[in-house]
Amino acid sequence: MRSLAAILMLLLMTCGVWASDAAQLINALAPGDFKERETAISALAASGAEEAAPVLQALSGGNLYVRKSDGKVFIAETRGDALALTDPVGMAAAGEGAKADIEKIKINNNLRRLISNALGGLTMVSTDPAARRKAALSVLKSGDPAALPSLEKAISDEKDAGLAALMKQAAAAATLRSDRSDAEKMAAIGVLKERTDRDTAALLTAFAATTDSGLKDAATAAAQSIESTLARWAAVQNVWYGLSLSSVLLLAAIGLAITFGVMGVINMAHGEMVMLGAYTTYVVQGMVAQHAPGLLPYALLLAVPAAFLVSGSVGVALERCVIRFLYGRPLETLLATWGVSLVLQQAVRSIFGPTNKEVTTPAWMSGSVDVGGVLSLTMNRIVILAFALAVFAGLMMLMKASTAGLQMRAVTQNRPMANAMGIRSNWVDALTFGLGSGIAGLAGVALSQIDNVSPNLGQSYIIDSFLVVVFGGVGNLWGTLAGAVTLGVANKFLEPFAGAVLGKILILIAVILFIQKRPRGLFALKGRWVEA
Amino acid sequence: MIALEKPQFAETLLFLEDVTVTFDGFRALNKLGLDVGRGEMRAIIGPNGAGKTTMMDVITGKTRPDEGRVLFGDIDLTRLDEAAIANLGIGRKFQKPTVFENHSVWTNLELALKANRSPWASLRWVLGGEARDKIAATLERINLLPAFASLAGDLSHGQKQWLEIGMLLMQEPELLLVDEPVAGMTDAETEKTAHLLRNIAETRSVVVVEHDMEFVRALNVRVTVLHEGSVLAEGNLDAVQNNQKVIDVYLGR
Amino acid sequence: MIQAPVTPILGRGGVIFLVLLLAVAILVPVLNLFATPGSALHVPDYMVTLIGKYLCYALLALAVDLVWGFCGILSLGHGAFFALGGYAMGMYLMRQIGSRGVYGNPELPDFMVFLNWKELPWYWQGFEYFPFALLMVFLVPGALAFVFGWLAFRSRVTGVYLSIITQAMTFALLLAFFRNDMGFGGNNGLTDFKDILGFPVQASTTRAVLYFCSALALGGCFILARRIVSSKLGLVLVSIRDAESRTRFLGYRVEHYKLFVFTVSAMMAGLAGALYVPQVGIINPSEFSPENSIETVIWTAFGGRGTLWGAALGAIVVNAAKSWFTGLLPDAWLFILGGLFIVVTLFMPKGLAGIFSGWRWAPRPPVTEAAKVSTQAAE
Ligand SMILES: Nc1ncnc2c1ncn2[C@@H]1O[C@H](COP(=O)(O)OP(=O)(O)O)[C@@H](O)[C@H]1O
Ligand SMILES: [Mg+2]
Repeated sequence: MRSLAAILMLLLMTCGVWASDAAQLINALAPGDFKERETAISALAASGAEEAAPVLQALSGGNLYVRKSDGKVFIAETRGDALALTDPVGMAAAGEGAKADIEKIKINNNLRRLISNALGGLTMVSTDPAARRKAALSVLKSGDPAALPSLEKAISDEKDAGLAALMKQAAAAATLRSDRSDAEKMAAIGVLKERTDRDTAALLTAFAATTDSGLKDAATAAAQSIESTLARWAAVQNVWYGLSLSSVLLLAAIGLAITFGVMGVINMAHGEMVMLGAYTTYVVQGMVAQHAPGLLPYALLLAVPAAFLVSGSVGVALERCVIRFLYGRPLETLLATWGVSLVLQQAVRSIFGPTNKEVTTPAWMSGSVDVGGVLSLTMNRIVILAFALAVFAGLMMLMKASTAGLQMRAVTQNRPMANAMGIRSNWVDALTFGLGSGIAGLAGVALSQIDNVSPNLGQSYIIDSFLVVVFGGVGNLWGTLAGAVTLGVANKFLEPFAGAVLGKILILIAVILFIQKRPRGLFALKGRWVEA
Repeated sequence: MIALEKPQFAETLLFLEDVTVTFDGFRALNKLGLDVGRGEMRAIIGPNGAGKTTMMDVITGKTRPDEGRVLFGDIDLTRLDEAAIANLGIGRKFQKPTVFENHSVWTNLELALKANRSPWASLRWVLGGEARDKIAATLERINLLPAFASLAGDLSHGQKQWLEIGMLLMQEPELLLVDEPVAGMTDAETEKTAHLLRNIAETRSVVVVEHDMEFVRALNVRVTVLHEGSVLAEGNLDAVQNNQKVIDVYLGR
Repeated sequence: MIQAPVTPILGRGGVIFLVLLLAVAILVPVLNLFATPGSALHVPDYMVTLIGKYLCYALLALAVDLVWGFCGILSLGHGAFFALGGYAMGMYLMRQIGSRGVYGNPELPDFMVFLNWKELPWYWQGFEYFPFALLMVFLVPGALAFVFGWLAFRSRVTGVYLSIITQAMTFALLLAFFRNDMGFGGNNGLTDFKDILGFPVQASTTRAVLYFCSALALGGCFILARRIVSSKLGLVLVSIRDAESRTRFLGYRVEHYKLFVFTVSAMMAGLAGALYVPQVGIINPSEFSPENSIETVIWTAFGGRGTLWGAALGAIVVNAAKSWFTGLLPDAWLFILGGLFIVVTLFMPKGLAGIFSGWRWAPRPPVTEAAKVSTQAAE
C-alpha cells in the first residue's frame, strides 16, 4: 500500500505535474473509502502545497470535516453546539456550521501512519530549521522508505551543513529498508556508522538479520562499532553523572568539613542549614518576582549572599546558645544539635507548610549542552559543578591566605596559645561555625535547583555529608574534595550494575569497612592532637 | 653513695635495639638502644621532646616502631597489643595520672588485681579473702588505707599518683614503667614517692622517667640520658651530670 | 579489718522500679479483663496495647543505656536491632497466616504471591516454628551486632565516628528492607497477622498476655543488666567509658568487653522488637530509620543514663507525652522533642533519675574524714 503511494508520489514528482489547485486536492480527501483517501493524502503531500501540512495535521487530529451539501473540506473546532469552520485555503474563518450539516473525515491507524510520514516529508522542507531537524530525526528512527524521496529533495535544498548531514543519515536509514541496490545500501551503512546511538545500532542489527549478502557483515560490523563507541560514551557519561553528584556532595559536605573537620563540632543540624539556604532562595525569588520582576533571572544570584547570611547567622546563634556549652563533649553535641534540627524543620514546616516549594530555574541555567552528539550535559548541573568548585576554591583561599583563616586554624590547633596571642577565641569559634553554616546555606541555593525544597531537604544529605568528610579525612579540605569525588563517581558507576538503592547500600558498607581500616580517613592527619 | 659504673645484673629483662619511630617524617626515636636488667631500677632523663614517653609507648604497645626490636625476656613486644603486653607483666604509669575517677579507691585496686582478664571471668568474679588482703596491704603501702572508700576522682593529685602506682603493684608486674611520677608533687610527697619506688624496686625492675634531679639523686640508680630519640650518655648521676655532651644539651641551647 | 565496698545488684532505685513494674504488669491486664467495661476502673483494650508498646520501648531504652550509660558507646543504630527482632517475629506471624491470606496460598505470604514468587526463599524456612523464630529474635540482631562490633571495636572506632557508622548501618538496612526483592514485604512490611501460638492476636486475652510478657521481659532484662553492671565486668565497662587506654594497659581486652555488652544489648533490643510487633500488628522498614534510633537515645538521656531504670522510665514518659501531644497539638510535638534534646543535654545531664535520687554515675560513698586526714598527713 505504502509503496503504491510512494510510486504515485514519485510519479507525480517526476512528471512535474504540480497540482495547481490545492483546494481540489484537499477536497479529494473527503469522498471514498480508506484506500482512496490514502491516495489523496499522498497526492496532497506530494503537491508541496503550503496548505498540506496544516490540513494533514488537522486530519490526523480529527479536526478535518466535510460539508455534506457541497463536499467542501474545512478545518473545524467545536464551539458550543456548532462548529467554527476555517477554510484551509488561505486559512480564513468561514463562519459556523451546524453539526448535522458537517461530517468528520475518518481515518484509521494505517492512514495515521501515512500522514505522519507524509508530514515528516513536508516538514523536511519547512522553513523552520528545528522542524526540519525533528522530521529528519523521526525518519532516522523509523527508517521509513516512504520518506526517501522527500528527504532526498530536502537534502539538495538544505543550506545548513549539519542538518544536511543529519538528513543524509536519515536517508541512509530509509535506504536500508527500501528496495534500492546493494551498492546504495552499502553506502548507507557507511553513512550510518558515523552515528552513535542505540537506535541506529538496532536498525543496523535488524537490517543484518534480513539479508544474507555481503551487506550482512558490513551491517553487523557497523552495529558493533557503534555499540563500542556507545559503551565508551556510557563510561564518560557515568563519570559526568558521578562528578555531578560529587559536586552536590561537595557542596553539602564542605561546610561540615569546617564545623566538624576543623572545629570538631558534630552538627547534626547541618542539613537544616542547607534547607534554610534553599528556603531563602525561595523567599528571595518570591520577593524579586513581586518587587522587581525584571531582575527575576538574577534572583538566584541575589539568593547566594542572602542564603549565606541567613544560614550563617543561624549558625552563629546556634554556636553561641548551644554548642559553646558543649565543647569537648561530642556525643552531647550530637544530641543537642539533632534537637536543633528537629526544631528548625518544624519551624519551617509551620511557616511555609509541609509541601514542596517551587523554585524556578532561570533561563540561563536551563537547557543543555551536547557533547559528541551523545552526551547531553544539563546546564543546571554544569552551573552547580562550577559553583561547587568556586565555593571550594574560595574557602581554600580564605583558610590559607586571610587573617581570619589564620586565626581559625590557630584556635582550633592550640586554643591556649591562640588566647595568649590575643586572639579572641570565643568569637573565632562563633564565626568559624557561622562560616561552615553559611556555606551550607550556599549549598541550599544550589540544591534548590535540583531537589525538592521541603522541610526534609537537609535530612537526605546529612549522612552522605558525614560520610564524605569522614572518608576524606577529618580536618582536611582536600580530603573532603577527594571524598566527594570518590563517593560520587563510585555511586554512579555502581548504579548501572546494582541499581540505585543497592548501589547506595554498597557504598555505605564500603565506607563503613573503610572507616574500620582507616579510622582517620583517606587523608588522615597524624599527630597527638587528633587523638585528644 | 655507690657508683654504678657497670650493670651488675646477670640477666637482661628489657632490651631495645635500634628502635626508630617517625611521625610524619619526624624522628621521635632514632635507633634507640636500651638494656634493663632483671631487678634493676633505671632512671631516664632528657629534655622535653627527647622521646621518653614515646619510648614507653613503644614498650607498652601503644606505638608500633618503624624499625627495631623490643625484647622482654625473649618475647618480641612489637607484635603484641597493649593488653597482651600488660598481661606479660609490664605495668605502666602515665605522665598524667590516670585512675578511674568514678570508681572508689578500692575498686581501682580491685580492677588492677592480677586475675583472669576475660569478660566471662569478670562476670563471675567474687572477691576472695586472699584478694582482699592483697588490696588492703597495697592500700597500706600507698598510704591510702583510710581513703579506700573515696571516689578516686576526689583524691588529691599526689594521692592519685600513688593510687596509680598502687594499681601497678596489684598487677604484680615484672617490669614497671613510671612516667614522671613526681610532677606536681610537694617536696614531702616527692620524698615519699622516692621511698615507695625504691621499696618496689627490691622485687622487680623499674624504669622511671623524671625531670626532677633531686628525685633522681634520691633514687640513687643508674641514669640514661635521652636526647633527640637516642641515648646520649649512661652512668651514675654525677658522671652523667659532668659529661660534656649532656651539659651542652641541657645548658648549651 | 576494713569492709570492702560492694555494689548492690539492684539498689534502691532498682527495687522501687521493679515493684512499680510488677504492679503495672498485673493491674493493667486484670483491670482490662475483669473490671466491667465503662466503669472507672476499666482499662480499655487500646490502653493495654499502648502501655505494652511503651514497655517495649522501655526495654529498647534499657538496651541503649547498657551500652551508652555504662560503656560510653553511643549507638545510633539500636533501632536496627529492634527492627530485626521485630522482623523475625513478623516472619513467624506471617507464616501463621497460612492459607487465610488474600491469595489463599498456604505456603507463601501474600506479598510473595503478588510478586509472582514461586517458592519460599531459604531464609524464610523454619520460621513457621515458634521456637526457631524466637531463637532468631536473639540470634539475628546478636549476630549483626557481633560482626559489626567486631569490625568496629577491633579497629578502635570510638566516639562520634562509631555513632555515625552505626547510623549508616541502620540507614543501609532501611534502604535494603525497602526493596521488594529482599523478600521482606518491601515498603509495606509484614502485617495482617492472624494468630500467635494459635491464639488470635486481636483478642483481648492475647493482648493482655502479650502485655504481661512485655513487662516480664523488661523486668527480666533489667535484672540481667543490673547483674552485669554490678559485677566486676560492669566495673570494667565503666572504666572503659572513663579511661579506655588505662583499662587496656591494665591488661583488659577492651574490644572483647565492648563486643560482649554490645551484643547482649542488641539481643535485648531484638526481644523488645519481637514483643512490639504482635502488639502493634505491623513491622515495616521505617522502623530502621535513623531518626528512631536517635529518639531512643534521648529517652535514655531524659530518663537518666547509667541507671537502667531511668532509661526505661524516660522511654515511657517521653512516649506517653508523644501520644498525648500528637493528639492534642500535632505541630507542637517536634518542637517539644527537639527542645527536649537541647534541654536535657544542656541542663539535665543526669536526667529524671537525677531528680529522683540525687543521681550518681556510680555508688559514691562520701569522702571520709579519714581520707582528708591522710591527705594532710602526706604533706
Ligand atoms: N602521636 C604523635 N604524633 C606526632 N608527634 C608525636 C607523637 N608522639 C610524640 N610526638 C613527638 O615526638 C617527640 C617526642 O615526644 P615525647 O616522647 O612525648 O617526649 P618526652 O616524653 O621526652 O618529653 C615530641 O617532639 C613529640 O611532639
Ligand atoms: Mg613525656
